[in-house]
Amino acid sequence: MSTAIADGRVMAGRYLRHVVRAPEEIVIYFSLPIMFVLVFGYVFGSGMSVPGGGGYREFLIPGVFVMTMLYGIGATATGIAVDAGRGVVDRFRSMPMARSALISGRVIADLARALLETAVLVVCGLLVGWRWHLGLGNVLAAIGLLLLLRLALSCAGVALGLAAPNPDTVATIVFPLAFPLSALSNVFVAPEMMPGWLGTISEWNPISATTTALRELFGNPGLGSDSWPAEHAMLLAVAWPVLLIAIFGPVSVRLYRRLGQ
Amino acid sequence: MIVAEELRKRYRGGQGTIALDGFRLDVPGGIVHGLLGPNGAGKTTAVRVLSTLLGFDSGRAEVAGADVVRQPGLVRERIALTGQYAAVDELLSGRQNLVLFGRLHHLRPRDARRRADELLERFGLTDAAGRSAKDYSGGMRRRLDLAASLIRRPQVLFLDEPTTGLDPRSRNQVWDAVRGLVTEGTTVLLTTQYLEEADQLAGRISVVDAGRIVAEGTPDELKSALGADRLEVVIRESDRLGDAAAVVARIAGGRPDTDLDRRAVRVPLMGDRVETLTVTLQALREAGITVANVGIHQPTLDEAFLHLTGRRAAMPADPAPPPAAPPPSSPAASSSAAPARASASSEVTA
Repeated sequence: MSTAIADGRVMAGRYLRHVVRAPEEIVIYFSLPIMFVLVFGYVFGSGMSVPGGGGYREFLIPGVFVMTMLYGIGATATGIAVDAGRGVVDRFRSMPMARSALISGRVIADLARALLETAVLVVCGLLVGWRWHLGLGNVLAAIGLLLLLRLALSCAGVALGLAAPNPDTVATIVFPLAFPLSALSNVFVAPEMMPGWLGTISEWNPISATTTALRELFGNPGLGSDSWPAEHAMLLAVAWPVLLIAIFGPVSVRLYRRLGQ
Repeated sequence: MIVAEELRKRYRGGQGTIALDGFRLDVPGGIVHGLLGPNGAGKTTAVRVLSTLLGFDSGRAEVAGADVVRQPGLVRERIALTGQYAAVDELLSGRQNLVLFGRLHHLRPRDARRRADELLERFGLTDAAGRSAKDYSGGMRRRLDLAASLIRRPQVLFLDEPTTGLDPRSRNQVWDAVRGLVTEGTTVLLTTQYLEEADQLAGRISVVDAGRIVAEGTPDELKSALGADRLEVVIRESDRLGDAAAVVARIAGGRPDTDLDRRAVRVPLMGDRVETLTVTLQALREAGITVANVGIHQPTLDEAFLHLTGRRAAMPADPAPPPAAPPPSSPAASSSAAPARASASSEVTA
C-alpha cells in the first residue's frame, strides 16, 4: 500500500514535470475559460438577465470555475492516451512498481493543476468584478467541491484516454462531449429561461449541481429556482462526483490492466 | 534462467491470430540467447509473455526462478525490457527519465540521481542529459532506453529487436553494451530479424516460425544447417551449364544448384574459400567455359529460413511462400533459388 502511494507520487511528479517542460499546453488551456469570461461577461452578458437580479459576471464566474474543471478532462485523456500509445507504458508495466501508479499519479497531478487553475481564475474573477460574500470557510468548501468534481472527471478522463485508440481521437471525442455538458447547464443561462425539457436536463446536469453549490457558498446571484435539484445542489455536488468515481475508477483500472493484451 | 513450456497464445478479435503455438524455450543463465525469425513469427509475443506484459492461453513460463503467471511481481523485480520502440518519456530529459525510473524502482531520491548520472556517463549521454528525449537521435534514444533497463542490474534482460532502424555506429554501441552486460552476469534474450546480429551476440539461437521454435543451436551449428556461404558462378553460354555444374561439383564438393535463367551455378562453400574459388575458376577455364561473373553470397535470413523449414523445396515457383505452406514433399535439391527478400544479406560480412 505504501508502495502504491509512493509510486503514485513519483508518477504525479512526472506529469507535473510535463507541464513545466511544455508550459504552452497549460497556457492554451487557460485561454478557454478566460475567453469565456470575456465573451460572456462583456459581449453576451450585457443582454443576459439573472433570475432574482444581480450582476451577470457575479453569476457567471462560479460556472466558469466548474467549466474549467470539465475541460480538464481533455488534458487528462490526451495525456493518458499519449502514454498508452507509447512504449513507456510497457516499461512501467514491466517494472516492480504499483500498477495503480499511472492512474493515481495522473489524478494527483490533475488535482494539483486544478488548484493552480482555480487560483488563476480567482484572480481573473476578482479583476472583472466577481466577489465572494460569505467568508473564507465557504471559499475553502467551494474549492473542495471543485476538486471533488475534478477528481471524478479525472477518472472519466483516464478511462476515456485508455479506451481511445489514439491521442488524436481523444481530441475529437472530448469537445463534442464537454461542450454540450457546459452549454446545457446553468453556467451561462439560468435553466428557468430555457424551454421546459431543456431546463430539466440542465438542472440535473452534474455541472449545474456544482455551479449552484458554488453560487450558494460564494453568495453569488442566480439561486432563484425552487426545483428539487436546485434546492439540493449541495447534496448533488457531492453525489454526482462520487457516482462518477464509482463508475470510472474501476473502469479505468480494468482498462489499464487489459492494455496491450 | 528462462523456461517456457508449450506456450500457446491466440489474440482475440480479428481472425484470432495464433501468436504462440507450443512455444518452448530453455535458456541457461549468463548467456545471450537469440530468437531469430521474420516479422510475425511470434518473437515479440514471446517476449511480452515472458516479461509479464501479456497473458497467454496455456503452458507455463518461468523467468529468473519465478512463475510468470503466479509471481509476476517477483519476475518484474528481476527483469528489464527494452522493446522495439524506445520506452522512455519523450517530454522528460534523459536524466529526468533515468531518475524517474530509479524512483519507480524504489531507489531513494539521492541514489536515483547518482545512478542516473552513472548510467548517462556509461552510455555517453552526459552531454545530452538535460535535453528532452524527443530531441535525441534514434541511437541516443535506444541507449537511454537500455540505460533505463539497467538501473537495477536485472538478472534477465529482454531485448526486442534492439537495433532495428539504427545506423551501424549506434548498432555497434548497443552491441558493446549488451556484451558488457553479459560479462557482468546478466542473461539476455535477444529477438532479431538479422542473422548477423544473432551471430554477433548470441551464444545460442532459436529460430522461430509461426509461434514455435523450428531449430535451435549455436550460431555455427545453425549456419551449417542453414547452408554455408554460397559460391555463385555465372557463365556466358547457357548450353554449358551442365558442364559447369559438373566442374563446380568436382572442385567444391556438394550438389550445386543451377539456375538456367541466370546461367548460374551455386554451391555451398566449404573449407578454404579462396582456394576453392581460385581452383574452381581455373578448372572452368581449362574446361573452356567462359565465366561472366562470380560471387560469394551468405544465405539471407529468408533463404536460411526457407532452408530450415524446408518450404522452398515445396514451392519452387513461389518466391514468397505464405506461412501456412504444407510441409516439403518434392525433392530436396530444387533447381530454383528463392530471391533474397530480407535485408540481412547486404549487411553481412563473412
